[in-house]
Amino acid sequence: MQQIVVLIILYFLLLPAAAEPSAKEHKLDNGLKVLIIEDNKSPLATFQIWYRVGSKDEPHGKTGISHLLEHMMFKGTKNYGSKEFTNIIQKNGGVDNAFTTKDYTMYYQTLSSSRIHISLDLESDRMNNLLLNPNDVELEKMVVMEERRMRYEDDPHNSLFEEVVAASFKVHSYRWPIIGWMSDIAAISREDIYQHYKRFYCPDNAFIVVSGDVSEQSIIPMIKSKFGQIPSCRSSSAATHQTAVSERSGKLDYIMVEPEQKGQKRLYLKKEAELPYMLIAYHTPSFPHEDSYALEVLSIILSGGKSSRLYREIIYEKRLALNIFAEYYGLYKNPFLFLFGATASPHSNIEDLEKAIYEEIDKIKKEPPAIKEVQKAKNQIESSFVFAQDSNFSKGLYTGIFELHGDSRLIDKYLEGMRKVSPKDVHRVANKYLIEDKKTVGILIPIKK
Amino acid sequence: MHKALNDKKILFGLDYLKITRYYRKLTFCFLSFFLSLIVGISFLPYSIYALDFKKSSPADGFTLLHTERHALPIIAVTLLIKASPLNEEMQKAGTANLTAKLLKEGTVKRKSADIGEEIEFIGASLDASVNRDYTTITLTVLKKDLEKGFEIFSDILLNPTFSEIEIKRKKDLIKGALKQSEEEPSFTASRVFKHKVFGSHPYGRLVEGDTERLDNIQRDDIVKFYNEYYLPKNSILSIVGDITGSEINALLNKYLKEWFNRQKNKDTISKSPLSNELPNTNTPPKITLIEKDISQANIILGHKGISRDNPDYYDVIVMNYLLGGGGFASRLMKVIRDEMGLTYSIYSSFAANKEPGEFFVEVQTKHELAQIVIKEILKQMQSMRAEIIIDQELEDAKAFLTGGFPRRLDTTRKIADFLAVVECYRLGDDYIKKYPEYINNVTKEAVQRAAIKYLKPDDYVLVIAGKKEKIDLTNIEQTKNIK
Repeated sequence: MQQIVVLIILYFLLLPAAAEPSAKEHKLDNGLKVLIIEDNKSPLATFQIWYRVGSKDEPHGKTGISHLLEHMMFKGTKNYGSKEFTNIIQKNGGVDNAFTTKDYTMYYQTLSSSRIHISLDLESDRMNNLLLNPNDVELEKMVVMEERRMRYEDDPHNSLFEEVVAASFKVHSYRWPIIGWMSDIAAISREDIYQHYKRFYCPDNAFIVVSGDVSEQSIIPMIKSKFGQIPSCRSSSAATHQTAVSERSGKLDYIMVEPEQKGQKRLYLKKEAELPYMLIAYHTPSFPHEDSYALEVLSIILSGGKSSRLYREIIYEKRLALNIFAEYYGLYKNPFLFLFGATASPHSNIEDLEKAIYEEIDKIKKEPPAIKEVQKAKNQIESSFVFAQDSNFSKGLYTGIFELHGDSRLIDKYLEGMRKVSPKDVHRVANKYLIEDKKTVGILIPIKK
Repeated sequence: MHKALNDKKILFGLDYLKITRYYRKLTFCFLSFFLSLIVGISFLPYSIYALDFKKSSPADGFTLLHTERHALPIIAVTLLIKASPLNEEMQKAGTANLTAKLLKEGTVKRKSADIGEEIEFIGASLDASVNRDYTTITLTVLKKDLEKGFEIFSDILLNPTFSEIEIKRKKDLIKGALKQSEEEPSFTASRVFKHKVFGSHPYGRLVEGDTERLDNIQRDDIVKFYNEYYLPKNSILSIVGDITGSEINALLNKYLKEWFNRQKNKDTISKSPLSNELPNTNTPPKITLIEKDISQANIILGHKGISRDNPDYYDVIVMNYLLGGGGFASRLMKVIRDEMGLTYSIYSSFAANKEPGEFFVEVQTKHELAQIVIKEILKQMQSMRAEIIIDQELEDAKAFLTGGFPRRLDTTRKIADFLAVVECYRLGDDYIKKYPEYINNVTKEAVQRAAIKYLKPDDYVLVIAGKKEKIDLTNIEQTKNIK
């Protein structure tokens, strides 16, 4: 149940937020793009800086280096000591954080808008002046290993997720966990991190989103004065992997193509747990592929709330599962997955649960959904869109997500695409992608010592 | 906490599925950090945020709070009902939660499926949940669907049927979820910790109850609980967003009039009052090890703390911010993570509830390092007591606590919840205005007094979930009573 609620929350996050008012764009001479979303509802602003680097961009044997670098970004520069960044933000009444994904790394601060210059000072400093003290690197590796233990080793569902993703991809670096494999984390050196930093942390491989009570006229000159002098990747002699960076855009252009899967893959994970759990992954294209809209609607029809098909049939009627979801990961840069996941209820078994999920998949492959179901999914998308505008952070987030795909205004295309989805489209994509031979199934088998 | 978002699917793109857990974890961290002090959240240097809310009482004992925000066509409704585990019979633990969770599972005119269908069709959200001190029913809806949303909201409030079949279904789901939660070591450790600290007091158990006692709850118990507590005089309604006072009046007249007439004379009082005494200082630490085949020791250390109406509340907030509530600004994080590299996450929190809640420090570390980490925690608690803090620390804590206020109220949903909670804990209509003063009046000496009074490094409960054979606690004093 809780999972369902959370999935609903996810829609708020999964769906676009920002279009109105659309972001105002500027580009600095060094290639740094700046997007401003003015909103004076409250005297606050969120500053976000996005680097176009995630775990998919890592060298073999160095998985987790992007995430480790993200940690090191808080450990001091030539001008500020370790953790001073966060301390300065907090003593100004703000909060800050950062996260790494497979595609990107994002840092943000939320502050009173009158103090947003503090973000500019600190972020411009660490874009160029990171210290990477060798002792701190070693300490932070220990911290990240503890993080990995907490999030993965000791979490059976996350462990299964790691297994299923790793099995779903054999070529594409999406198969690596963002946090990295334990032995890779242990082996990463200070020099490795430095090279990664020099290669990816530069103005033409990043963009800024400021959302909140700011004015374009006053903040753009401030950003120019703080970030304008930082050399771009193209001009930086320290960058050692120039060949990977496109002359045109400063972004990595090489895209690994996952070969077509021919035949189901199946894996089992035996681990201390209370209940069996399963994941079923199908390969799908990503936005802006023409099928991405219908796949999103499909996922909402299947698991968007308690009136969705999977909840009604499998949790409520058949009582086979405690929680269940169907999630389309359509906003990855490269093609990723459509995932089903479910925990068996204490008195059911995982085989029946798996069968029941396939029955629901077959139903939607046989017959298009009702017009009302599709409309309901669209209404959920539309309302999420409005609700998300209530937060500076989420507006910035969605602007950033679409900017990663090439243009923040793609959000309009996304919404428009959603609005056009018909029952036939949903039926078509279900048949096209939810294919027996192209799935990877992972089963968690609980063991108790 | 820093980087907590890593690998999480909250944002598209992430590597993560166990969202439920993630949220629990995240919420936990953030709660501990900001909300732990539950309603302490309000610092307001901005006059724009004097938050012009209206308060009225359209029915006897019932409070209505209203703020207009017309920037977006959305409305957030929070109904807070003073009904919680504090009002349950111990043998029927979980009644309050079960009652709330059944509201959406059928009314006189709607089946469970209809409620979900109708709410989701308008893209709204309608939820009911229970915490230690109260129940909330929340509705978030677009302006154009307000009438429909409010009608369903009133329907589940006024006309739930509590059918036997839905009761059975919900109990099974709750039991299953409880079982699944035990997969999370920190959940197990926390559950046992609360029990050790509070014993049979309602704060010593999960809001959901437990498998055995859920079976004791009959339909009659639920109906009785509902009839006794789901009353206007026991409730606070907060409505925020694109809605005027006259629109609210029209809605209340149309949909809640019948409810307003349901007043009963019976007073609702907590059935299991807790003594406000702090633990005796002479009892040895109670240590519990829970065997789990995992790679880290999940440690919780603490003891009984303070209630929300404790006059030392603000001293305690500032003290805890410095000890372990302030993220990287806190001593525990600075020393144990940043300088020693022994953990990813460590924090401390005071759950200042209606009755005294717990103080605790939570941390995960390698089994072999558990003892070192525990000793360091105790050392930091000692040092908060023994030494007066420096001026800079006090200033920084105050700056964060007062300067961060607008973030507490930066969305429609947050404002709706905030107003209801401030009213529930009787923090005063001028609370928002006064908060900076409350914080700024805290002195270094008061922080030390609070540490001496409310941190008990010699009298704590310690619970560790992990591999027993790898955990060595021999250097920690008084380990005789390891279970």
